Amino acid sequence: MLNIQSVDKIYPNGVRALDRVRLDITQGEIVAVVGGSGCGKSTLLRLIAGLDPATRGSVALDGDTILSPHPCVGMIFQEPRLLPWLTVAGNVAFGVSHLPRGKRDAIVGEVLLRVGLSDYADRWPRELSGGQAQRVAIARSLAPRPKVLLLDEPFSALDAFTRASLHEHLLELWRALQPTLVLVTHDVEEAAYLADRVVVMRPQPGRISSVFELGLKRPRDRYSAELEAAKRRILHALDQSLRTRSAGDELVPAAAI
Amino acid sequence: MSAMDAVQPRDAAQPAASPIPSTPAAKPRLGTKFVLGILLPVALALGWEIAVATGFAQGRLMPPPSRLFKTLYDLAITGELWRHIGATLARVLAGFALGTIAGTIVGAIAGASRLAKDIVDPTLQGLRSVPSIAWVPLFILWLGIFEESKIALIAVGCFFPVYLGVFGAISSVDRKTVEVGRMFRLSQFQLVRRILLPAILPAYVLALRQGLGLGWMFVVAAEFMGASEGLGYLLVDGQQLGKPDQILAAILTFAILGKITDGLLAAASAPFLTWQDAFAPKN
Repeated sequence: MLNIQSVDKIYPNGVRALDRVRLDITQGEIVAVVGGSGCGKSTLLRLIAGLDPATRGSVALDGDTILSPHPCVGMIFQEPRLLPWLTVAGNVAFGVSHLPRGKRDAIVGEVLLRVGLSDYADRWPRELSGGQAQRVAIARSLAPRPKVLLLDEPFSALDAFTRASLHEHLLELWRALQPTLVLVTHDVEEAAYLADRVVVMRPQPGRISSVFELGLKRPRDRYSAELEAAKRRILHALDQSLRTRSAGDELVPAAAI
Repeated sequence: MSAMDAVQPRDAAQPAASPIPSTPAAKPRLGTKFVLGILLPVALALGWEIAVATGFAQGRLMPPPSRLFKTLYDLAITGELWRHIGATLARVLAGFALGTIAGTIVGAIAGASRLAKDIVDPTLQGLRSVPSIAWVPLFILWLGIFEESKIALIAVGCFFPVYLGVFGAISSVDRKTVEVGRMFRLSQFQLVRRILLPAILPAYVLALRQGLGLGWMFVVAAEFMGASEGLGYLLVDGQQLGKPDQILAAILTFAILGKITDGLLAAASAPFLTWQDAFAPKN
């Protein structure tokens, strides 16, 4: 469904951010991309989003080559990036403003209900907590019914409690709407808990070093032995990928992930 | 997606009922604020009035408030005051409108395009440092001694703060916010209307208020260069005929008009800025 076909990305300053990255993602799959800093995982997401062009190769969604943001692809950033001059409802309606008013209001009401913020429709973004703001951002990206939702370290700025509750939120939304999720994260537990498949990337140049098919049933237990084992395998792969770095780079994987 | 399986809010970080009030700080009552603001000028005026009345000071060059108000009253009932106010106000508004439109357009172009900025900005920064009064002889030569040259001078005064405000605000709009617009595939025009304009609005209002303030400054310079009516004319006339009360009456009128127009501008923009998450000092 989403095909990343041997993509290279070289920045104007010569940095080789992605080197022949190849990945096929199926409809409704949850893929987590993990890796140390500078491994190109965010770059990859921006290419899929159509925010940056690939230097070589292409990304295609159902056969459509992505050159600019695609109507079926939504993105959630690390920060909520709400527009402070719009209310919560206004922010959620931002991507569906071309629809007639009645239909738009119905969609806004529905997605706000889904993220549990119906009572906050008339609030300003400044009045929200970090977790609430990120939920509004999720609602905003869901409003146009994207087939693919890209998440760029969406929970990394939140405390552990809020993060865990947002994991549940995301899974419930995924169960209800069945979008394809591509989640970039540096949190191995998050990857193992949420994903069907975990892609480990390595830096310099950024490329895929290994892919794990987790094959764990949902709902998952955060503390189950299988999940622990999966986490350990991913961590080990990460460790390997970072150990091959050239001298002078940070050698402690813990600092990088 | 009609059968709603609503997800309960499960943010552990905060209770369901948000404790955050919708206004950032309780405002003091308007009356109290007004009294506090007027306290100092009233005390000073009363002090001077008493000093002159009791003979401690003589009010020839600095007339006491009672005489000042008498002059204002006389000017008002003869209708002369309104004629002067009308003339000055018309000049300020015309100059302000011209300067604001030009400043907004040029600022927007310079903010949106790096090339335009590199071409336009150095020249404008150079012109900005020319003292305003220096333009007066040139404008008189070019545009004559009547309204045109006065309005041109005021427009120049209003142009620069508006240009700088718009230009600076556009170049400081967050790339991340613009990316949100890109993700929702806004056209260039929609991007300007739905992201850039609202984002720069607070800075723009501030620039407009600054421009208007400068407009009031420049109108005096403009009316000094020869006018048969206007508050600036009252000033010159008062000086030449030795009427300090008339000068003070004109100054007072300037203060009141400046405050009122600024207040109107601020009030007109306030409804569009309620979203701001700005610092609100405590009492």
